[in-house]
Amino acid sequence: MIIIKGIGASPGIAIGQAYIFEDEEIVVTRTEIPRDQLRGEVARFKAAQKATHRDLDAAEAKVLKLLGKNHAKLIDAHRLILRDTLITHEVPQRIMNEGVNAEFAFSETLEAVNMQFEKLEDEFFRERRHDLFDVGKRLLAHLLKRNRRDLASIDKPCVLISRNLLPSDTINLQESRIRGFATDLGGKTSHTAILAQSLEIPAVVGLSDVSRRVKSGDTIILDGEQGLVIINPTAEAVAKYEKVQAEQIEAERALEQLRGLPAITLDEKRFELEINLDSSEEMKSVLALQSDGVGLFRTEYLYLNRPTAPTEVEQTKAYTTVAKAMSPRPVIIRTADIGGDRLTQMGIEGLKNETNPFMGMRGVRLFLRHLDLFKTQMRAILRSTLKGNVKIMIPMVSSVGEVQAVRRLLAQATAELKAEGVAVPEKVELGIMVEIPAAAVMLDAFIPHIDFVSVGTNDLIQYTLAVDRVNENVTHLYDPFHPAVLRLLQHVVSTAHNAGKWAGVCGEMTSDPNAVPLLVGMGFDGLSVSPRMFLRIKQTVCRLRHVAMAKLAAKVVTCSDSDEVRRLMREQGL
Amino acid sequence: MTPRLGLHAKPAGMFVREAGRFRSEIMVAKDGVEVNGKSVMQLMLLAAEFGSHVTLRITGPDEAEAAAALERLFVRKFDEE
Repeated sequence: MIIIKGIGASPGIAIGQAYIFEDEEIVVTRTEIPRDQLRGEVARFKAAQKATHRDLDAAEAKVLKLLGKNHAKLIDAHRLILRDTLITHEVPQRIMNEGVNAEFAFSETLEAVNMQFEKLEDEFFRERRHDLFDVGKRLLAHLLKRNRRDLASIDKPCVLISRNLLPSDTINLQESRIRGFATDLGGKTSHTAILAQSLEIPAVVGLSDVSRRVKSGDTIILDGEQGLVIINPTAEAVAKYEKVQAEQIEAERALEQLRGLPAITLDEKRFELEINLDSSEEMKSVLALQSDGVGLFRTEYLYLNRPTAPTEVEQTKAYTTVAKAMSPRPVIIRTADIGGDRLTQMGIEGLKNETNPFMGMRGVRLFLRHLDLFKTQMRAILRSTLKGNVKIMIPMVSSVGEVQAVRRLLAQATAELKAEGVAVPEKVELGIMVEIPAAAVMLDAFIPHIDFVSVGTNDLIQYTLAVDRVNENVTHLYDPFHPAVLRLLQHVVSTAHNAGKWAGVCGEMTSDPNAVPLLVGMGFDGLSVSPRMFLRIKQTVCRLRHVAMAKLAAKVVTCSDSDEVRRLMREQGL
Repeated sequence: MTPRLGLHAKPAGMFVREAGRFRSEIMVAKDGVEVNGKSVMQLMLLAAEFGSHVTLRITGPDEAEAAAALERLFVRKFDEE
């Protein structure tokens, strides 16, 4: 048994016989061509180019069918490479000037471009040269009148081992019976890796010499998660991996069955399970999860990496896309929680360097100082309410005065839009993100001014425990199970519920299956979860008994430290 | 540079497709290196990563239209999903 460590490019486990896919070594020799035949040589090159274009058309049709329009653009890029002046001018010129065969002229040209790619410092861009090789190999095969072996024709289940795998080869894997692949070359960001992930084929790359160490027919275990290849594993190792594989398939199936079902405990208490959204572009994948709503739409992405602030039109489009797609389910849009550094980037007179930006000018503090930015965002959000069930949430609130100021701004924006003939609704729900301990402690004072609350656990924990999570000296003190944090959470829920207001929770704690039992026990109405963990958290909720968790939650807030909290949870089998 | 992974094959391809519709000469510069905006390979070799700044120099009979069309591409973030 030999274990080789590489880079996990696509998760999953594959077990099977090795199939060695030899990267056909194309040897190109230099042949001098008589002067009078050089034109013919150029014509031969052009014919090969045409044939390659036809290949690409076929590949494009295949990708379009399997992976959709976005992936098909890659093939179009390959077509443009084939049509690039670096090839179309350079190769015929070389043939004519040097009096050589088309194969040689072409491979020399490719090599010259490759050299330039190799000089790039950025690994991601250096990897792009594989796109060039992919096209190059197709064209050379045509020149040499060789058929490239088609992976789609492999008809026995196996694990593919190869020096390298081109994106065009990877596309064919779907139709084959290949269970996974391992290559010597390649990185996590290559197109081959991205395609493998889309096709859900386990893959390990960057193994340096796996293709030389494996013989056809060897038994192979491929662990795409850990990036491992095991050659001729012991019966024990095979049994272990088969078990893990079966468990993964079973776990996946169990999660899949929860899709579209309500998040409801064994004793039938229903929770709203929502999604945290980082950008309107994620909408498509998020829709497939069939969540109860968007509990936190972070809008910061609209303000990143740009020379000017996002316009009302641009923002309206983004918010409307999400509101429409989710309608009638609720979407809580959080106004931008950006810091002064973003303003400077957008060409707005910002602030001097802040030594502690986490406690500095950000969120509602910044927007109340830059009312133009705030109003633009408010107007855009208000416009989107026409297309769905939209609510507004304010980040970084620490005083009632801030909420009152936001209310005034909201009223002003509403009046403006109405005067412009936009039929915005009378009432749009406004809530606060509870993340500063001050707001949690005296939530009762905020209640008359707001319609709902949602706890942002990341910041609440960080501010309550005075722990900067990026400071490695104190990260061990960052503890969601600290009783002080739990007491604040409990206090927020009961204060909100006493006043008949909706209380949600977002932040990483809701995506942690270990912490969710406590949030369920405390009785939060809504849990907003990262898309990746959505089904997993639904499973957690569905396996709990609310009554038992409520008792547990009442107990944990009396604990003296988090060790005791964890012990109590363990006693409950959590 | 608005595409999430910078100007790699797909967005570079889209840029070239768009640039190819115009007769004007379209040059793209980054860190003092200027390349032909109608060559997908030259664009990829610029290694323009997300958030980096590139300068477009467009000259010719339809330069205004070309500039507007290419600007739209950046604003649309190259239709990335």
